[in-house]
Amino acid sequence: MTAFLRLVRRDLLLAFRQGADAALVVVFFALAVLLFPFGVGPEPNMLARIGAGILWVMALLAALLSLERLFLADHEDGSLDLLALAPLPLELVVLAKVAAHWLTTGLPLMLTAPFLALLLGMDAAAIPALVPALLLGTPTLSLIGAIGAALTLGARRGGVLLPLLILPLYVPVLVFGVAAVDAAAAGLTPRPHLLILGGLLLGALPLAAWASAAALRQALD
Amino acid sequence: MTAMQGFANPTRFMRAAAAVLPWSAGVTIALLAAGLYLGLFVAPPDYQQGETVRIMYVHVPAAWMALFIYTCIAAASATALIWRHPLADVAARAASPVGAGFTFIALVTGSLWGKPMWGTWWVWDARLTSVLILFFLYVGHMALANAFDDPTRGARSAAILALVGFVNVPIIKFSVDWWNTLHQPTSVARLDGPAIDPAMLVPLLLMALAFTAYFVTVLLLRMRAELVGARLRAAQFGRARQGRGAAASAGAGTAVRP
Repeated sequence: MTAFLRLVRRDLLLAFRQGADAALVVVFFALAVLLFPFGVGPEPNMLARIGAGILWVMALLAALLSLERLFLADHEDGSLDLLALAPLPLELVVLAKVAAHWLTTGLPLMLTAPFLALLLGMDAAAIPALVPALLLGTPTLSLIGAIGAALTLGARRGGVLLPLLILPLYVPVLVFGVAAVDAAAAGLTPRPHLLILGGLLLGALPLAAWASAAALRQALD
Repeated sequence: MTAMQGFANPTRFMRAAAAVLPWSAGVTIALLAAGLYLGLFVAPPDYQQGETVRIMYVHVPAAWMALFIYTCIAAASATALIWRHPLADVAARAASPVGAGFTFIALVTGSLWGKPMWGTWWVWDARLTSVLILFFLYVGHMALANAFDDPTRGARSAAILALVGFVNVPIIKFSVDWWNTLHQPTSVARLDGPAIDPAMLVPLLLMALAFTAYFVTVLLLRMRAELVGARLRAAQFGRARQGRGAAASAGAGTAVRP
């Protein structure tokens, strides 16, 4: 357990030392969301209706931004080889790095989203569903993204290839995440959608750990 | 097991493929001719849809092939990863564009069928959306396999991606049962037996068999091309290495025997 936590701490330290990486993600998220009133027009009813979709798609893209570097920095300076040889199983190494990634990407997004929801004029009843939905959805995004990052390690045009591989797998999270917020806005309970999001997270945990570790192993061969 | 290990030898595979190919090509043409004749001319028009139902004889088998080929790719990928079977990677890479093509045909013919029947070219229901995702999974598989300079690395990465994406196949199959979809529910592969008249079922199954024979033919052709291409590359490397080592004078005499 301590090895796992130490690895999470190491990744967090590196992320903070590299400067405002988390802040960049939040700023991109906010800016991209704020483009929509300019694009589709500032009419409040329409913005409120498509608000859930805008927030989720932009959170998705913001999480996608920092995924390519998840394993790349360690791969380039050789730390990944050392981590693969360490006593900690490679699957847990992956989960530790995903946890650090979520703490610097998903968590800030989740905390910023309610304010942006207010800016989009979304129904006040939707926001108490937005935060749990993002809380359950963004770790899944980080986990599935880790699979893509591990598969494209060292590929040509890896940065462009990663979204192509990951976005089809993101669609279920997006569908149920938006459904949860829209259900709450309509006065229905978001519970079924939140439960499915939780199920997706629980399913992604072992699947992403296994697939990413397998991909990393054959990348290090 | 031993049959699989037997065909792991590329030369033996090439000989077996060369023997099978004329037959599979002939079967494809015969079944296609029979299926198209029965489907387009002999089978009765639908009591509700009239003659437009005949798109079904292309659309449904193409959709079945899209799922079947992805399952084959997943099985080949698992074989490649678990048993390191040398031809499994080649098979997965060869099958992927064929699967993408069938998925595309299913989507386009479905769209053409939907306009007169449903009044719309497209609808975002569970079946259509998950098949569209299947198409992008195929494209991602092809892109990933070719994204590395080392072809083995590309093949292994693509194998893992194929296995991860396999969760989509049962979702597609049961999407019409789990969700309220505009796409009609299952009519053929049901526990109660097919709900479709035999006069229409026979051309449908013939077309499905024809498409399968087509897939086998094209798969064998592409696998042979891939193996011959690998041999050519190896010969070219050998020639380049020898050419650099030997003096430049006897250029024609230093040819490497493939």
